[in-house]
Amino acid sequence: MNKKRVSDEFTSRTSETEAAIEQEHSMEGRPFEIRSARIGMFRELLSDSTGFIGLAILSILVFGAAFAPWIAPHGPTEGTLSTANLPPVWSTAGSWKYVLGTDPQGYDMLSRIMFGMRTTLLISTLVVLIAGIFGVTIGLIAGYMGGRLERWITGWIDVQVAFPGLLIAMIMIAVIGGSVSSLVFVLSFNGWMVYARMTRGVVLSVKQQPYVEAASLVGASAGRVMFRHILPNLTSALSTLAVLEFARIILAEATLSFLGLGLQFPDVSLGVVANNGRNAIFSAPRLSIIPGLFISVLVLAVNFVASWLRVALDPRERDKRFAATVSHHGGVQQ
Amino acid sequence: MTDAPHHTILEVDNLCVDFFTRAGTIHAVRNVSFDLVANETLGIVGESGSGKSVTAQAILGLTELPGRVTSGQVRWKGEPIVSGPNAERNIYRVRGKEISMVFQDPMTSLNPVFTVGMQITEVIRRHLGFNKKQAIERAIELLDLVGIANPRERINQYPFEMSGGMRQRVLIAAALACEPALLIADEPTTALDVTIQAQVLDLIASLQKRLGIAVILITHDLGVVAGVCDRVAVMYAGRLIETADAFELYATPAHPYSAGLLRSTPRIDVEVSRLDSIPGAPPDLKIFEQGCAFVPRCNRATDKCAHHRPTLDITEGTRRVACWNPIHA
Amino acid sequence: MIRYLAGRVVQGLIVIFGVTIAVFVTTRLIGDPVNFILPLSASLEQRARLRVDLGFDQSIFVQFMDYIGNVARLDFGTSTKFTNQDTLDIVLRFLPRTLILVAAGMIIAFSVSIILGMLAAIRPGKVTDKILVTLSLFGLSMPQFFLAQMLIVVFSVRLGLVDIGPGPWTHLILPSIAIALPAIGRLAMTVRSAMIDELNSQYVKTAKAKGLRRRRVVAVHALRNAAIPFVTLAGWELIRALAGFTVVVEGVFGVNGLGGLAILAIRERDFFLIQTIVFVVAIFVVLINIVIDVVYKFIDPRVKLT
Repeated sequence: MNKKRVSDEFTSRTSETEAAIEQEHSMEGRPFEIRSARIGMFRELLSDSTGFIGLAILSILVFGAAFAPWIAPHGPTEGTLSTANLPPVWSTAGSWKYVLGTDPQGYDMLSRIMFGMRTTLLISTLVVLIAGIFGVTIGLIAGYMGGRLERWITGWIDVQVAFPGLLIAMIMIAVIGGSVSSLVFVLSFNGWMVYARMTRGVVLSVKQQPYVEAASLVGASAGRVMFRHILPNLTSALSTLAVLEFARIILAEATLSFLGLGLQFPDVSLGVVANNGRNAIFSAPRLSIIPGLFISVLVLAVNFVASWLRVALDPRERDKRFAATVSHHGGVQQ
Repeated sequence: MTDAPHHTILEVDNLCVDFFTRAGTIHAVRNVSFDLVANETLGIVGESGSGKSVTAQAILGLTELPGRVTSGQVRWKGEPIVSGPNAERNIYRVRGKEISMVFQDPMTSLNPVFTVGMQITEVIRRHLGFNKKQAIERAIELLDLVGIANPRERINQYPFEMSGGMRQRVLIAAALACEPALLIADEPTTALDVTIQAQVLDLIASLQKRLGIAVILITHDLGVVAGVCDRVAVMYAGRLIETADAFELYATPAHPYSAGLLRSTPRIDVEVSRLDSIPGAPPDLKIFEQGCAFVPRCNRATDKCAHHRPTLDITEGTRRVACWNPIHA
Repeated sequence: MIRYLAGRVVQGLIVIFGVTIAVFVTTRLIGDPVNFILPLSASLEQRARLRVDLGFDQSIFVQFMDYIGNVARLDFGTSTKFTNQDTLDIVLRFLPRTLILVAAGMIIAFSVSIILGMLAAIRPGKVTDKILVTLSLFGLSMPQFFLAQMLIVVFSVRLGLVDIGPGPWTHLILPSIAIALPAIGRLAMTVRSAMIDELNSQYVKTAKAKGLRRRRVVAVHALRNAAIPFVTLAGWELIRALAGFTVVVEGVFGVNGLGGLAILAIRERDFFLIQTIVFVVAIFVVLINIVIDVVYKFIDPRVKLT
């Protein structure tokens, strides 16, 4: 929320020019510098231990999930009551056949988790793609066109944002039933606004930059300049946003399924598995805790990656981080 | 001019400030030394990047990351305030009370969510222990002192309700609240339009005389320094390269850089077809050159200049120049 | 100020009106509401009869008029699950527990996140900061139900603490913490980054140059400005908690509040009850938004309330 400050016309103009000059010394918004920032991205990864761990964990989980049908020890709904409630491998009666034990229906926990992760990741990816494409398009339209169309779109976004997402999602699922496609629909419906807002913000801020005006004064077309500067700014912010949204959708889907309002049998997702173990929270907490743990680790890894991306793609952030490490030298003052 | 004692109140002794960035270490201030006498007005002049603001902030211990004072000392009335075991305690005693500072951009130097009055009274109450009522009265006096009309009303106003010039006056008022012995003004007029500039400078000059305070005025604009300062110090690439009486500097600059600066200042009484400028660009502050830093841009450079760096102890009367080949009168 | 409030109330009423229309439209859009209410096994006769009973057989326009009239009289229909009780009564009965839960949770969340955020911002990159950032990240990454369950497992394994204590509200302590934790994660990060930004600003430099005590510079000057974005996000967290997470937490801890009621209503396909719940929640959302705007005015004098 940036409330505009009342100021002298003259002084604001002078500070604008100074800001433009300062820009020359900073890296903000210059396409080739952001491109070179991206090249240093992976080098940054090696020094950013959390990002590295995150990416590593994420790769393992994605790999396990993607190849679940081939490498999972059992099917997700394969089991009978005779194999019900077997303990996991680290407990005295456990075995490697059912590494994480089985649930009251006799299904193998590990397999259910792998298949569940598969569905979860699928849903999240789809939602991020759909909501992202839709949102960015709307945002670009709003930003470029301006005028009444922009105000109308912004109003629509504000209204939709004000509505509590979980409640709406719950009701919608209740009405149209729970399945992978309905979840994707509902979550995209509730999730596109943030992309639109961000895109519009980037377009507007680039529009206002003095160098756009300066470029058109020199003879370059303002539109072309804007495009060259919007795109790199957009991809950086968008990547971070998309990854964060990815994490959020995983949590949202898990919550919906946990409440029994998401996927229904025989579909399985991490939330479904957690829900199945809900009633046994006092007797066999592992049934609910283990899927919850997997979700947490997955989302944590994604968040680590997002945090790495944010720093790696923005040269100024990297400088800040560098400055912070310097403070470890003994200072003469402060 | 009051019959003020002429003793040294500020000693800056081989101050060095470095900035640690990913691109390398920038040596912004390199062995800067000067003294200040009570009631004196010193102007520090230099282009952007010469290290003048950094020096000023270092004096008050306001250097922020990624910068750090790496060596040197500053003494206020004999006590160290920059390095050494007592420095931190001393500087807290001194800041805002005996040495005050006014910064460049009045638009952002005031907290937008508090009243102007509060931002003055808080200084008074912090250092002088007044109660609320007394502090408000004093603040009104101060606003009057700096030439703000209707001070009683203005005191409850917010910064956004004031113009740039007025805000700068408020900042000066807050700086003078505890009757400091030294006021450091870091480019106080750069962000203001020209007519307001003159007003603020007049204000500083008159306050200096009335209250008998010492002033360090930092600027890149030689025109600003002329009417206000007794002495002028010129900085280039992090070093002091000339200090002289203001009048002498303007009449007969010794260092080629000072001469170049003077030449490039546009004048209203002389008609020129082209504006003079000093050829070349300021040096990279990440490296220490072997000789004088100004050599690449100097038309008087000799072989000695390129290999031996001149220091600021070459004297000609009351002025000091760091040059092997200064311009003689 | 009064004029402003009045204006906002009117605005709020319009929004609520919009909500009621939206509810009306969507429930009619997705097909025959009767099909929603009755199980698949119901016969055609039963459906027809219900349709007449509930007035769904009349034209859309008439239905709408009836609907508006009912809403104005605060008649939201009777519940099918809690047979024949007025839905509004039911909702109001379950509301207080949720309000207390959310209020307690948010008070904890706001105070803790401000303190933690400030502490982290003062020494960015140092130990406190790193710990805070890591903990926040963990808190953010865990699904709400997992946090709640972990709280249960930890506290019931150790102490069986869930229900103990004097007074009727102590069983809400643990759920309040469950609500507070993810909010703390998000809010503390916001406070931290807002404070870091403010501490780098020019007016803070001026304040330091004035020789003001560090405590004052941080907790008075910087905090007040950092509060501005904080208030926005705090408001959102409050709305999210009230209209979303309370459902999960109440479900896990077995609290009889609005959240549990909502799940029940959805599962039982209690049409009118759902409608009423949405309505009540919308009112709160509007109220909270109004409060946020008013708080802005108190914090930031530049805000002109028109």
